[in-house]
Amino acid sequence: MAHAPGWLVQIVSSLINIFALLAVFLTLFALISVLERKILARMQNRYGPNRVGPFGLFQPIADGIKMLIKEDIVPARADKLVHFLAPVLIAAVAILTLGVIPYGRNMTPFAIDGGILFFFAVGSATELAVFMAGWGSNNKFSMLGAMRAIAQMFSYELPLIIAVLPVVMVVGSLMPDRIVAAQAQYTFGLVPRWFVFTPWGAAAFILFFVSGLVESNRTPFDVPEGESEIVAGHMTEYSGFKYATFFMAEYLGMFAISGLGVTLFLGGWHAPAGALEFLPSYVWFFAKLSALLFVYIWVRGTLPRTRIDQIMNLAWKFMLPMAFACVIAAAVWHYAGRGLRGWLWSLVVIAIVYTLLSILLDTRRKFAPRVYRFAE
Amino acid sequence: MNSAAFVVIAIFTLAAALAAATLRKLMHAALSFAVAFVGLASFFFLLGAEFVGLALVFIYIGAVAVLIVFTILLTRRDVGKDRGFNWSGIVIALAMFGALTWSILKTQSLAIVAPHIRALTVKQIGAALMTTYVWPLQCVGLLLTAALIGALVLVMEEKR
Repeated sequence: MAHAPGWLVQIVSSLINIFALLAVFLTLFALISVLERKILARMQNRYGPNRVGPFGLFQPIADGIKMLIKEDIVPARADKLVHFLAPVLIAAVAILTLGVIPYGRNMTPFAIDGGILFFFAVGSATELAVFMAGWGSNNKFSMLGAMRAIAQMFSYELPLIIAVLPVVMVVGSLMPDRIVAAQAQYTFGLVPRWFVFTPWGAAAFILFFVSGLVESNRTPFDVPEGESEIVAGHMTEYSGFKYATFFMAEYLGMFAISGLGVTLFLGGWHAPAGALEFLPSYVWFFAKLSALLFVYIWVRGTLPRTRIDQIMNLAWKFMLPMAFACVIAAAVWHYAGRGLRGWLWSLVVIAIVYTLLSILLDTRRKFAPRVYRFAE
Repeated sequence: MNSAAFVVIAIFTLAAALAAATLRKLMHAALSFAVAFVGLASFFFLLGAEFVGLALVFIYIGAVAVLIVFTILLTRRDVGKDRGFNWSGIVIALAMFGALTWSILKTQSLAIVAPHIRALTVKQIGAALMTTYVWPLQCVGLLLTAALIGALVLVMEEKR
C-alpha cells in the first residue's frame, strides 16, 4: 500500500471512518434499546425483558429479526417515493451529525472547521424528513403528528443553538476539537476546567439538555406520538423495517445531541482528573455519553408528558431569554478575566435574569380557567 | 478528482433544478428544490467555502424549504392536483439568462485569470460583519424582528 494512489487512500480512509461509526453506534443502539427497557422496568418495579439470552441481553437481535421479516405495508393512496425517502433521509441525517464529534484523541471521523455549524445545518434537515413522512403517508394522524413535531423542533432549535453560542464565543472556534482542547486544563490538578463548572456553562448546559430532549422527541416532550390521540404521529403509516429505521434514527439523534453536549460542556474526551488521564480518551468519552443517556432514560421514567402549549410557552418565554442571558454572562466572564471574579459576576448575571423571569412569568396570581377556542 | 466531482455535482444539481421546474406535483417540485440546494452547497464545499455552504444548507433546507412546503400545504386546497405548464416562465427564464450572461461578459471588475484566494475563516466573516457591515446587519435584525412581531400580531387571538 506504500504506492497506493491518493484517491484510493482517501476513499479507503473514509470507508474505515464510516464503518467504524456505523458499527459502534448501531451496537450502542441495540444495547441502549434493551437497557432502556430494563432501567424503566427497574424504576417501575417490574422485571423487563428477561427471556432472550442472559438477562434478556439478546432481545435486540430478536427484535431486529422480527422487524426485518415483518410485512412492509405502504398505503394505497400514499406518495410512494416520498413515503420511502423519509426514513432514508432521517437516518442519513442522524449518521452525518454523528460524524463531527471528537470521540477521543485524534478520533474525529470528519474534522472540519465549522463542525458545530455542520451539526446544526445537517440536523435541520430532520424537520424536512419528518414533514416528508407526514405528508407522504397521506393520513391525517401522520400530518398532524408531523406538524406537532416540526413546531416543537423549530421552537427549540433557537434556544439549542443560542445555548451553544457562549461556548463558541469563549473558545473562538466552531471546530469541536478546539473546543475540547480549550477544556483540557485542571485547576490545582484536580478540578477540570470544563465549561459546565462555570455559571454560564451550567445554565447553558441545562438549556442545551432540555432542548436536546425536545429535538429527539423524548419524554416529557414526546407529544408527536401518543397512542390515545394521534397514534404514532408521523410514523403511523410505517411498518416493519421502515418503522425500525425511524426508531433507530431517533436514538442516533439522541446519541449525537448527547455527544455534542459532552464535547461542548463536559470536557469531551478529557478525564475528570489529571491523575486519571492514563485511561484511553475514548473510554472517558463513552463513559460521559452513557451517563447522559442514563439521565435521558431516568427523565423518561420520572416525568409525565407536557401539553403542546406548555412546551411552546417554555421555549419562547423562558428558554430563549435564558439562552441570551448565558451569552451575556459568558461575555462578562471573559471581560472580568476568566478567573474567580468573572465566575462570580457571571453568576450574578444569571441569577438576576432567572429571578426577573420567574417573577414575570409567575402565573399563580393571574390564574384563570383554561379557555378552549375550538373544542366547545 | 475535483473536476470529476464538479461534473457529477453539476449534473445532480441541474437535474434537481429541472425537476423542481417541471414536476407536475407541487410538493415534489418543492422537495426537488431542496435537493438542488444540497447540490449548490456542495459546490461551495468544493471551492473550500465551508461556511457559506453550511449557511446555505442551514437556511435553505432547514428553513426556506420547510417554509415553502408549509405554504403549499396551508394555502392550496388542490395540493395533490396537477398544474398546467406556463410558457411565460420560459420566456422570463431566457430573458434572465441573457441579461446575466450579457452583464457577466461586459463586466470589467472580474479578471480573466483566477486570483489566488486564501480560505476565508469564520472569524474573518464575523469581524467584517461586526465592523464594516454593522449597519446593514442591524437593519436586517430590525426587519426580522418587525416580521416576527407582525406574524405574532396576525395570529393573536381576539379578546372577546
